[in-house]
Amino acid sequence: MPIKILMPALSPTMTEGNLSKWNKKEGDTIKAGDVIAEIETDKATMEVEAVDEGILGKIVIPAGSKNVKVNSPIAILLQDGEDKSSITDDMLAAAPVAEATQEKPKTEVKQEISKQEIRISNDRVKASPLAKRIGAENNLNLNIIQGTGPKGRIIKDDVLKMISSGGASSGVVRRAIPEYSELPLSTMRGIIAKRLVESKQNIPHFYLSLDCNVDKLLEMRVEVNGATDAKNPEYKISVNDLVIIATAKALKKVPEANTMWNQDSIIQNNNVDVSVAVAIEGGLVTPIIRNADQKNIFAISKEMKQLASKASSGTLTPEEFQGGSVTISNLGMYGIKQFNAIINPPQSCILSVGAARKEVGVKDNQIAIVNLMNITISCDHRVVDGAVAATFLNAIKDLIENPSRLLI
Amino acid sequence: MKYDVVVIGGGPGGYVAAIRASQLGFKTAVIEKDNLGGICLNWGCIPTKALLRSSEIHHMIKHASEYGFTIKGVEFDIKKIVERSRKVATQLSSGISHLMKKNKIDVIKGTAKILSAGKVSVNNETVEGKHIIIATGARARILPGFEPDGELVMTYKEAMVPEKLPKKLLVVGSGAIGVEFASFYSNLGSEVTILEIADRILPVEDKEVSGFMKTSFESQGIKILLNSKLSSIKKSNNKVEAKIESNGKTIDAEFDSVIMAVGIQANTENLGLESTKVKVDKGNIVTNEWCETAEKGIYAIGDVAGAPWLAHKASHEGIICVEKIAGLKNVHPMKKNLIPGCTYSMPQVASVGLTEDQAKEKGIKIKVGKFPFIANGKAIAIGHTDGFVKTIFNEKTGELLGAHMVGAEVTEMIQGYVIAMNLETTEEELMHTIFPHPTLSESMHESVLSAYGKAIHI
Repeated sequence: MPIKILMPALSPTMTEGNLSKWNKKEGDTIKAGDVIAEIETDKATMEVEAVDEGILGKIVIPAGSKNVKVNSPIAILLQDGEDKSSITDDMLAAAPVAEATQEKPKTEVKQEISKQEIRISNDRVKASPLAKRIGAENNLNLNIIQGTGPKGRIIKDDVLKMISSGGASSGVVRRAIPEYSELPLSTMRGIIAKRLVESKQNIPHFYLSLDCNVDKLLEMRVEVNGATDAKNPEYKISVNDLVIIATAKALKKVPEANTMWNQDSIIQNNNVDVSVAVAIEGGLVTPIIRNADQKNIFAISKEMKQLASKASSGTLTPEEFQGGSVTISNLGMYGIKQFNAIINPPQSCILSVGAARKEVGVKDNQIAIVNLMNITISCDHRVVDGAVAATFLNAIKDLIENPSRLLI
Repeated sequence: MKYDVVVIGGGPGGYVAAIRASQLGFKTAVIEKDNLGGICLNWGCIPTKALLRSSEIHHMIKHASEYGFTIKGVEFDIKKIVERSRKVATQLSSGISHLMKKNKIDVIKGTAKILSAGKVSVNNETVEGKHIIIATGARARILPGFEPDGELVMTYKEAMVPEKLPKKLLVVGSGAIGVEFASFYSNLGSEVTILEIADRILPVEDKEVSGFMKTSFESQGIKILLNSKLSSIKKSNNKVEAKIESNGKTIDAEFDSVIMAVGIQANTENLGLESTKVKVDKGNIVTNEWCETAEKGIYAIGDVAGAPWLAHKASHEGIICVEKIAGLKNVHPMKKNLIPGCTYSMPQVASVGLTEDQAKEKGIKIKVGKFPFIANGKAIAIGHTDGFVKTIFNEKTGELLGAHMVGAEVTEMIQGYVIAMNLETTEEELMHTIFPHPTLSESMHESVLSAYGKAIHI
């Protein structure tokens, strides 16, 4: 029987493609592994390799054909002793050429992938028919299963074990098929992506980083929190609340950092409004504590709690997250030591706060265990220079290390 | 004497294990107190097949006119029938002796007793074996009050060597053994009654098989009492007066003989197991999938290690056990659902895998195929149209879950399905398989096709 060579699928979602070139002509002898044709989609050009041997009896789809349906015959391979008369009409019956499909708007950058190998098939796996059937029903790629049957043949039990264990305990790796799923983009995700690309591409970021000794800050926090009824507390001050107030007071002292680039001018903010990054499901938002420099620690703590809870429930009003002078991003609760956040435009500074950590340090000229916390500032060099940023960062450090000043 | 492997019992489990052990380079001994070949060869599978052959020939002669023959004055001598059966057993047993010699296996005649792991006493001598395989088999279960006397009350052993044909025979129990003896004696002219405590004969088979066999046996003149139990017997004047409880009623009946075929009991006694950690549960030695007992270096295979009580199960366990001892790669535990079972009555019964009810109990959605031999050309030509082939598939995966056959020569054909199941074929491969025409085996193909609504000849 002549063998049909079918239009391959280059990706799980591909339904049709263009046959751009034939590397072999009718009558050529084909060996397994020979590159016989090239296929392209809007994303890639790939070579089609012959799986079987024989003579290229007939090219069904000529080079340059567009929208050829996946799995329709593109050529017929003749085996030993066969000639063109062995080719019957029904072998040539192609899946009809698809009508010109409406082009999707291409928002993504085109990927140029060239010359990739095409391979996905369970046909040639050494597995029992039942194992193959169960594998197919469960979308399993049997290639990666270690068979325990005679001479490594994959049997039903191997496939069932793989399915029930998810690959973990059996020592076999389970590769999911399809290779990936496409998740729809939420509006928030789209905005985050757009704004951060703009920020990182357009703003000349630079970063300054230093460690603060938080011994006193932690001590004060314990003391303040200890002053309220433990069973029914009126308040609970967090380290982040203290960082917010320190940043606000420092920014008040260094107004050069409370500025924004405005293309042909610089905007000087006259209020100190601190944005705080809050992680929520599917992204993050930055609600604002306005005039934070003028509020006491209890007011800030309370307001922050309310904003965070509104953020998680998605009930923030636009004025609660639009604007702001500076942003604080705190990953301390995840144990992150140090990181460099991306500026939240049009602001010109963002503070990245790390976790408080114990380290061997110097205290009263003695080696001692000290609590350190890293703060790193990312700045827009168009408006904030290194010296200004350093002054601002040191002002924050000074307040954090001497927390009694936060009460003034 | 010191051995690598000492096998206790020379039946189909033991002698096969010994041959395989010797092939793998182990110095091996078999301890056997009786004849090599065990029950199977001496008092079971083989001699009964010889007997059944004689009864089949009798049946054929009685029906010779259907094939164009006129045969008059047919007589048979039960003693000669038994003689032939014994000769077959002897011939095979000496064949096993030859195989032992050929494989340089020492056969020690005597009764073994395990002293401890690694040591067995036989004939007051100690035989050492790094690995001891217990293959002592099983015997007929004896119910108190119905102990065999060899003439009026028999077990399979006495029933196999009758001196005369009982005119009226009661067979208690309708497993393979009971059914085979019922068929044998009935074909030779005894008036046979089968007593079964369950609600069908051959209770381990598929319900449809049981039903078909009941109808077939009854049409041959065999009486069948279901939901019935033998409550007492009284022997007098060379007769057995039996009191039978049947469906709540008491029946008194007189028989010339009673065959007790009510099950099997493992031979675990006097083996010295108490001096080891070997565990016995419900009368059987407890083993894992590699036939290992709880005592390191002691293994058990075959009937002594539990159901199913089949020679081919014992042999296969023997191979697995020894190959595992040798550390061979690619040794697989036995797939118990793939052990076929055969009953050599007329008609024959053969089956493998799940019955329809078992598959349903497991909650599997199934497809069932059935093909009767009456629609098979070869069956009509040879005059054996009784029976059918039933196949059960998993609807979702196409896995062949079970096959159940009744009819002529089905015991020779079941193997086709066993191979298919072992290779994990689906309905597709079976459908694409070409069966030769004309054969009874075409019915196997048709049964598969019928499960998917594609049968041609019905």
